[in-house]
Amino acid sequence: MHLKYIKEIIKADVLAYEPGLELEINTAFGSDLMSDVLAYVEDDTLLITGLTNQQVIRTAEMLDLKAILFVRGKKPCNEMISLAEDKKILLMSTKESLFTVSGILYNNGLRGISI
Amino acid sequence: MNTYMKNESNVAMKLHYDISKDDFSRAGEASSKIKNMLRQLAIEANILRRIAIATYEAEINLVIHSLGGTIDVYIKPDCIEIYVEDVGPGIENIELAMTKGFSTATAVAREMGFGAGMGLPNMEKVSDEFIIESTIGVGTQIKMVVTY
Ligand SMILES: Nc1ncnc2c1ncn2[C@@H]1O[C@H](COP(=O)(O)OP(=O)(O)OP(=O)(O)O)[C@@H](O)[C@H]1O
Ligand SMILES: [Mg+2]
Repeated sequence: MHLKYIKEIIKADVLAYEPGLELEINTAFGSDLMSDVLAYVEDDTLLITGLTNQQVIRTAEMLDLKAILFVRGKKPCNEMISLAEDKKILLMSTKESLFTVSGILYNNGLRGISI
Repeated sequence: MNTYMKNESNVAMKLHYDISKDDFSRAGEASSKIKNMLRQLAIEANILRRIAIATYEAEINLVIHSLGGTIDVYIKPDCIEIYVEDVGPGIENIELAMTKGFSTATAVAREMGFGAGMGLPNMEKVSDEFIIESTIGVGTQIKMVVTY
């Protein structure tokens, strides 16, 4: 699914690396536990999380993830934004909760990873 | 069972990083540097990912659980060897520590997104060879090998 399309259907704000909107992801994974993300997530997955600290960006970097969506209106700090720009990771934010945003994306055809 | 020992044969290049305890702001920097260095050596993406997961989980464990330690990466013609050593406090029950979901992570570590109890099992999963040894009051040593 096109990240630009995802941004539109959930009305997300773009916080870092806007060129990433042109890319596509195949699946999504929602979690605030970074080791679960590291254990289960494969390539081309959208990470959906309510956690906003440097380790989220580092985790995405380790897994070559292209995009992170922050829920519940969480906004990363400037340091995180510049690290994401540096690593070419698209950061978006939505006011919706993890559950709601996942439901909307699922309804639009996006699926989770297989565990 | 294999015992922890650095294998000095056929090392093409060595990388060394010191990891400080509780240094959350820099946690992940060593793994990032390792990943970038290995990428420049044109190591395949899938291998790179496994190494990145192994080093990052190890680095975070050093920051949140240990009194400080080191990560050494040996780049070899057929594999990458990762050696993780710390100066304590040691792990009392390794079998328990290796169990998915077991964690003694503090509230601070949990706020950072850690404490799922998945790090060690995941390090073992991504490694072709995994050795962990620990002595209470002395420290923990982990060897991980990822073969190309
Ligand atoms: N270097 C270490 N020194 C001392 N204890 C350790 C060390 N590494 C791991 N442990 C112990 O082993 C437990 C399990 O480690 P593991 O990495 O699997 O999970 P975690 O770090 O608690 O959570 P996660 O890795 O999922 O964020 C830890 O909670 C801790 O008690
Ligand atoms: Mg851990």
